[in-house]
Amino acid sequence: MALFDNLFGGEKNAHEAVAAARANGRNTTMDFISNIFHGFIEMRGDRRFGDDKAIVSGLAWLADIPVTVIGHEKGHNVKERSQRNYGSPHPEGYRKALRQMKLAEKFHRPVVCFVDTAGAYCGVGAEERGQGQAIAESISEMISLRTPVISILIGEGGSGGALALAAGDEVWMLENAIYSVISPEGCASILWKDPSRVKEASERLRLTAKDMLNLGVIERIVSEGSSMFEDLKRVLAETLSHKLTLDINELVESRYNRFRRMGYTS
Amino acid sequence: MIFLKPKNPLEGAKNIPTEVSEILVPCPKCSKQPSQSELSDTLNVCPYCRHHFHVTARYRVDIVCDKGSFIELDKDMTSRNILDFPDYDKKLANALTLSRENESVITGTGKIYNYKTALFAMESHFMMGSMGVVTGEKVTRLFEHATKNHMPVIGFTVSGGARMQEGILSLMQMAKTSAAIKRHSDAGNLYIAVLTDPTTGGVTASFAMEADITAAEPFALIGFAGPRVIEQTIRSKLPDGFQRAEFLLDKGFVDTIVDRRRQKRFLAQLLKIHSRGEAHGTV
Repeated sequence: MALFDNLFGGEKNAHEAVAAARANGRNTTMDFISNIFHGFIEMRGDRRFGDDKAIVSGLAWLADIPVTVIGHEKGHNVKERSQRNYGSPHPEGYRKALRQMKLAEKFHRPVVCFVDTAGAYCGVGAEERGQGQAIAESISEMISLRTPVISILIGEGGSGGALALAAGDEVWMLENAIYSVISPEGCASILWKDPSRVKEASERLRLTAKDMLNLGVIERIVSEGSSMFEDLKRVLAETLSHKLTLDINELVESRYNRFRRMGYTS
Repeated sequence: MIFLKPKNPLEGAKNIPTEVSEILVPCPKCSKQPSQSELSDTLNVCPYCRHHFHVTARYRVDIVCDKGSFIELDKDMTSRNILDFPDYDKKLANALTLSRENESVITGTGKIYNYKTALFAMESHFMMGSMGVVTGEKVTRLFEHATKNHMPVIGFTVSGGARMQEGILSLMQMAKTSAAIKRHSDAGNLYIAVLTDPTTGGVTASFAMEADITAAEPFALIGFAGPRVIEQTIRSKLPDGFQRAEFLLDKGFVDTIVDRRRQKRFLAQLLKIHSRGEAHGTV
């Protein structure tokens, strides 16, 4: 029974959460889109360079609310995963996301983001096309977007590449998702020059959903039981309908304050 | 002419140090050895190859601000080991000793050729200029101060990225600073970033890349991922000059490259253009 709990639910330690967040059979953004929304129409391309399949975006209905949906997509099988670069976007992925966010703002449509990436891609093309600039712009525009935004971490929340889709009014997290400034492997090898200390790094980085709630980085933990999609759909619809009634200046102000208070207590 | 002295081989040679105490500094780029006094005249730019030596945050403020005009803000703010991360207290103590600064950034207001501005300069000797919670807080407060007082901001960046020892809270500083910069910008204020060697990671992916005008020092390494990480990912060597300031200029991610010796005038000229007539500087 203990083994069953560890594999399929129950309380996980940090190291187990890292494994669960990366597990092959885990639900990806496309699974959340098909189970929570209906009438999804995919919208592709950044109008500047190309279409990055590591990020999906489009329009859909959440119950009776039209929404913009954006998320990292890792894919399910070998072919999909390689097409989608294992969910690690290039700058054009973030620019596609940004384009959809600005359209959502124009039509005062709420945005729902699903975060699931090991990190933004580290490669030659990504640097040539301004990975840092693309992420910076995404954060900056998202945090001041004049429409409601909810971000949900569904698997891996890897550093700046994750934050680029997580500057929302509220950030939620699946119970076995992780969120971290660096991978435990990166931390162990860069900071301690000792890759064998990866387990310790997972604990020390404080990257579990519970840690995030305690640190004030997220508002809600979504339990991964059998009714997850149903629950999430209901809570999302309730939350967004409420946010849509708020004065937009107040909404943007409270999003500013949400991030403003993070980390420093004088 | 008749009584010509026999020539001593040392006579007339130019490279003999006139003072024994003259300290020579080997240039990491051209290996020549400019003297410390030469370097102080050139603002620590190699007189032979234009290599820009690393300098401290306070030095940067000194060379651009009018004498005595810099007023530091939040200078006593210090980092704490919020996550109880192993060895972080020790590293902070070392960083303090090594840099003689309280954090990886100093912030304040000053004048450049009499033009008022807010400024921040990052300090590479403080944990490689990594961005912790206090770094983010100080930069955010500076932009909020500048927004309130309708002031431009000039920022010198140098950073290895977010500070791992502060976990997710260091990552959140990217969002916090970006939000404050956006407000400063939306209120019609000017932000000039000067990217110096090296500017990478979370700082590149936030306030280094959010300026209205982005300048860089010659040959500065600027990127999101560090070159070693990229080489490991793509399993091959990177070409020479990759992620250097000149490369970013070519790819369209910086406006201009400015030699350190021209920076003060350059910044003053930009402040003048954006001054809406209320300042009285002479550039």
